[in-house]
Amino acid sequence: MSFFVNLPLFMIVACLICSVACSVVKSRVAHHLSMTLAWLLAAANICVLVMGIQNGKTVTYMMGHFPRPWGNEIQMGILEPLFSAAFSVIMCLTLIGGRKHIIEDIEKDKRNLYFVMVNLIQAALVVLCYSNDIFTGYVFIEICTLASCGILMIRNVGRTTLAAIRYMIFSLIGSGLFLLGVVFLYNITGHLLMPDMKSAIAVLAESGEYRVPLSTSICLITVGLAIKSGMFPFHYWMPDTYGYATPCSSGILSGLVSKGYIFFLLKVIFSVFGAEVFYASGVQNVLYVFGMCGIIMGSIGAIRENDIYRMLAHSSSAQIGYIYLGIGISPAMGVTAALFHILAHAVTKPALFLSASRLVDAAGGSKRFRDLHGAAHAAKLAGVTFTIGAFSMIGIPLTMVFMSKYMLALAALETQHKMVLPLIVLALSTLLNTFYFARTVIRLYNVPKKEFLPAPEFRDQSSFAVSAVASVVLNLTAGIFASPLIGLLERGLEIFGKVG
Amino acid sequence: MLETLWSNRIQCVAVVLFAVGFSTLLLHRNLFKKIIGLNIMDTATCLMLTSIGFINGRTAPIIVDGVTEAGNYVNPLPAGLVLTGIVVSVSVTAVMLALTVRLYARYHTLDLDEIYMKAKLDRDDAKKEAEE
Repeated sequence: MSFFVNLPLFMIVACLICSVACSVVKSRVAHHLSMTLAWLLAAANICVLVMGIQNGKTVTYMMGHFPRPWGNEIQMGILEPLFSAAFSVIMCLTLIGGRKHIIEDIEKDKRNLYFVMVNLIQAALVVLCYSNDIFTGYVFIEICTLASCGILMIRNVGRTTLAAIRYMIFSLIGSGLFLLGVVFLYNITGHLLMPDMKSAIAVLAESGEYRVPLSTSICLITVGLAIKSGMFPFHYWMPDTYGYATPCSSGILSGLVSKGYIFFLLKVIFSVFGAEVFYASGVQNVLYVFGMCGIIMGSIGAIRENDIYRMLAHSSSAQIGYIYLGIGISPAMGVTAALFHILAHAVTKPALFLSASRLVDAAGGSKRFRDLHGAAHAAKLAGVTFTIGAFSMIGIPLTMVFMSKYMLALAALETQHKMVLPLIVLALSTLLNTFYFARTVIRLYNVPKKEFLPAPEFRDQSSFAVSAVASVVLNLTAGIFASPLIGLLERGLEIFGKVG
Repeated sequence: MLETLWSNRIQCVAVVLFAVGFSTLLLHRNLFKKIIGLNIMDTATCLMLTSIGFINGRTAPIIVDGVTEAGNYVNPLPAGLVLTGIVVSVSVTAVMLALTVRLYARYHTLDLDEIYMKAKLDRDDAKKEAEE
C-alpha cells in the first residue's frame, strides 16, 4: 500500500518521457505507446483510488525531500484518482476510435507529433488532478493550453488555424486572469501550497483583513478557469474549435481538457479557499446565473446549426453550463451533481464526436445535415452509438446524464432561493435538447435503407467499433448502477481538500 | 484611500498595465497587437510579483561576509516565479507568432476580422463546389 503513494509522480514522469519518446519514433509506434500509457495510467489511478478508499482520508506526498512549506507536494484522496482514471480511460477510447481520422487528416511526417501533444495533455490532466501546489497547477494549465492548440492546428486547413488562434486568445485571457489571481493570493497568504494557503485564508477571512484582495483573487481565479473551460459568454471559440479539428481532437478537447480545468477549479475552491469562504463570497451566484444562460444559449445555438460537429460543439457549451449551475447551487449536493455531470459528459461527448465522424464518412465527407439523411443505415454501429449518446445528452433514464440532471434537480430542491429557476431551466433545456437531438437522430434514419448510397471508400472499422461499444457500455453501466458512483463522489467530496 | 494607493503604487501600475494588455488582447483586431497585448499582460504580472518580492534595504539571499540572519535577505521565491512566468510567456508568444505566420501566408492580412471574412468565403466556395 505504501508504495502506491509514489504512483502519481511516476504517472507524471511516464507521460513526460512518453511525449519525448513519441517525437522520435514512427507514428504507429507513437499511437500504440500513447494508448498503452493511457491504460497504464488508468490502472495506476485505480490502485491509488483503492488506497484512497481504504484510507478514507486525503494523503499528501512530499516530492524531493523538501518539507512543507518549501517543497512541492502531491495530494491524493478519492476524487483525484477517480477523475484521473476516468480521463485516461476516455483518452484511450478516443485515441482508438479516432485513429482513422488521425491518419487521414494529418500529414505523415507530423503524425507522431500529434502524440507528443496528446501525452503532454495526459501529463497535464494528471497534474491538474493531483497537484497540491497552485503554481505547478498554473504551469501545467499553460502546458495543456499549448498542447491543445497543437492538436488543433496540426490539421493544416485555414479554418483550423483560425480556430486555433481564437482558442489561444481566449485561453490566454483565462490563464492571465488565473495567474493574476494566484499572485494576489500569494501576496496576502505568502504560500503556494494549497493546505498552507487554506489555513492562511481561513485566518484572513475570520479577521476581515485583506478582504478586497481576497475577493478579487477569488473572482479572478474563478473567471479565469471558467473562460478556459468555455463558460457562457466566453464560449464563442467552441463551435469553430470543435467543428474543424480532427474528431479525435474535438473529443479530447471537449471531453477531457475543459473538464480538467473545471476539476482544477473545484480543487482550488475546496483546497485553497475552502468551501465556506468561497460560498460566502457570492462568486457562486455568477456561476449560477451564467451557467443557466449557457444552458439555454448553447441549446438555442445547437438548434440553429446545420452542421453536425458544430451542433455537438454548441451542445458542449450547454453541458458546461450544467456543471457550473451545479457548482453555483450548493457546495454539497450541487457540486456532487456537477462532478457526476463532468464524468457523464466526458464519457458521452467523445463518443458522439467519433460516431458523428463515422456518419460523415458514410455520407462522403459532408458535415451538413441534409447530406446525412439515412447515413445511419450505412454506418450502423455509429448510428446506434450516436442515438444512445443523444439519448444520454437529452437525459433519458438509464443513461448517465439522466442521473446528473436528476441530482441537479434534487440539489436545487434543497436550497431556499435557488429552487425554481434551475428546475425551469432544466425542463426547458431538456425540451430544447430533445428537439435538436431527436431531429438529428430522425434525419439519420429517415431515408429508406435502399435509397442511401454510402460513399464508395466507406469501410467497416474495427477500431471504432471497440471504442464505441466500450463507451456505450460505460455510459449505460454508470447510468444504471449510478448509486455506488454517487456514494463514492460524496465520500470523496467530504475529504476533498481536507488533509489529515 | 489615496495613501493606500500611494503605498501600493507599483501594484496599481501593474494592475493598470494588466488591464491595458488584457483589453488589447481581447479587443484589438490586429494579430500582432494582440500578441503585444499578451506580452504586456504577462509583464504586468511579472512586475506585480517582483514588486511584492522585494523589500527595501535587503539584498538577494547570497551569503557574503558571513551574514546568515534571514532578516537581511529577501525571499527568492517570487523571483523564481517570475522566471517561470517569463518562460511560459515566451513559449506562448512563440506559438502565437507561428499561428500568425501561418494565417498571414494563407490570407495575406493580419486583421482578424478580415481573416474571418475570408475564411467564411472559403467555406462558401467549398459549399458551392459540393452543390455542383
